[in-house]
Amino acid sequence: MSDPAVEAAIARVHHEEWARVVAALTRRFGDLDVAEEAAAEAFAVAVERWPGDGIPPNPGGWLTTTAARRAIDRIRRESQRGAKHQAALMLRDTSVPEPTGPVEDDRLRLLFTCCHPALAMEARVALTLRLLGGLTVAEIARAFLVQETTMAQRITRAKAKIRAAHIPFRVPSERDVRERLAGVLAVVYLIFNEGYLASEGDDPLRVDLTEEAVRLGRLLRELVPEDGEVIGLLALMLITDGRRAARVSRTGELVTLEEQDRGAWDRALIAEGHDLVRQRVRAVADGADPPGRYQLLAAINAVHTVAPTARDTDWSQVLTLYDRLVALDPSPIVRLNRAVAVAELDGPSVALAEVDRLAEILDGYHPLHATRADLLRRLGRSADARAAYDRAIALSGNPAERAYLTRWRDQLTS
Amino acid sequence: MPRYLLSVFGPSDPASSDSSSREEMLQEWADTGAFNDKLQRDGHFVFADGLEPAITATTVDGRGDRPVFTDGPYLETKEQLGGFWVIEAADLDEALALAAEGSKACRGTVEVRPFHTPESIEALLNR
Repeated sequence: MSDPAVEAAIARVHHEEWARVVAALTRRFGDLDVAEEAAAEAFAVAVERWPGDGIPPNPGGWLTTTAARRAIDRIRRESQRGAKHQAALMLRDTSVPEPTGPVEDDRLRLLFTCCHPALAMEARVALTLRLLGGLTVAEIARAFLVQETTMAQRITRAKAKIRAAHIPFRVPSERDVRERLAGVLAVVYLIFNEGYLASEGDDPLRVDLTEEAVRLGRLLRELVPEDGEVIGLLALMLITDGRRAARVSRTGELVTLEEQDRGAWDRALIAEGHDLVRQRVRAVADGADPPGRYQLLAAINAVHTVAPTARDTDWSQVLTLYDRLVALDPSPIVRLNRAVAVAELDGPSVALAEVDRLAEILDGYHPLHATRADLLRRLGRSADARAAYDRAIALSGNPAERAYLTRWRDQLTS
Repeated sequence: MPRYLLSVFGPSDPASSDSSSREEMLQEWADTGAFNDKLQRDGHFVFADGLEPAITATTVDGRGDRPVFTDGPYLETKEQLGGFWVIEAADLDEALALAAEGSKACRGTVEVRPFHTPESIEALLNR
């Protein structure tokens, strides 16, 4: 008999404890495979026993102990096949030499291992979702629209490289930590973005991915509470995710920020994001490092979402923030987004001139054509706008976005 | 301690590339020598040497009844192995940091590969 209350409790414990169990076992046994498999077995035992026995008072402790027993069983089994390998597993000292600094959570070590720059980006994403997020291989495969066997192989290969190349299970040295943390944030943000505007497939939004990314963002904030960019990324994701319900219309069409029903926004998520942005603004005023990319993006989103209607948006503040972002990261994509703010302040023709300067380098990037199409439409250049909409539609892999672009194209007066 | 092969890649025929002057070359060797000294001082050094250009290589396939010899390197590419280090490092992070330093010293791209360990061989046998 399955009891919905117990099932819900198990799901909650899984979210809360999975990464902790995997991380603790990785530290103890020095092997990701052993840790992952034992953690999965422990949760399977919980699913089997808790409905009858009740949920233990300390579920995390119960799971770690159960998983550790399973790991030792596996190592014993393997020891019958290869004594030396087993000895190596047991004896490898993963705690040598401890970097100085605050007490380290094993989950943070695990995160840095999964997001190591020596791994390919897609492997980092998959490992992070599996080992920290606790998503099954099938779930990750579905989210990225690849065969389950392909995803399983990707994860297995990444783990094999970690083992063979001795990628360490530890927080990087002070000298490297900033850059490496930026790499971790990039992985989390990529997971979020893939969920928020799926680049392919039939679902315009993948809630499992956005929720997982927010959860990882919260974990990072718990583990590295002082880092401004960690807070910035969490704020950015919360404010963006807060608009999710208004983002796709009932007919499955993408709704832009300007046209969204602001009453449908999740005010609690957005308020939490605003609080974090304010916290960073205060910190910077008190002498913290100037804001990085995520803090600036969060601030831009805060300006958008603080306005009661789209017309009340403080575009000059948006533009000021984009100017700071361009100074930090003068990439064509940032300049394209800045041009949208320019259009609101200085008119579409000024913005179009800037966008056209980016046209060659961003030719394969559908938002360039979507932005151009919108500016050309506002300037009354219907034929040019139509061509730009056509390009954007052809390049976009997201069904809701294609529907939105198609409607605008078809409304053009020829 | 894990061992890593740091392979240096550069133009397949360094002589034909007009890139570096005599002074630049001497400086490159001096920098690489200094890096080698540092590896030795810090206990990472196992072995290192530079190679003659890839055109001097001969590829041997001895798997058949009679060995087949082919002029040139195994893979014909624009970039070829030009030298290498064998080092000991605590983990990949340390190996990558040393590789970055070595790459700067010798003005070449460096590939980092771990050697087999007793455990990895054991694991291979017990697959």
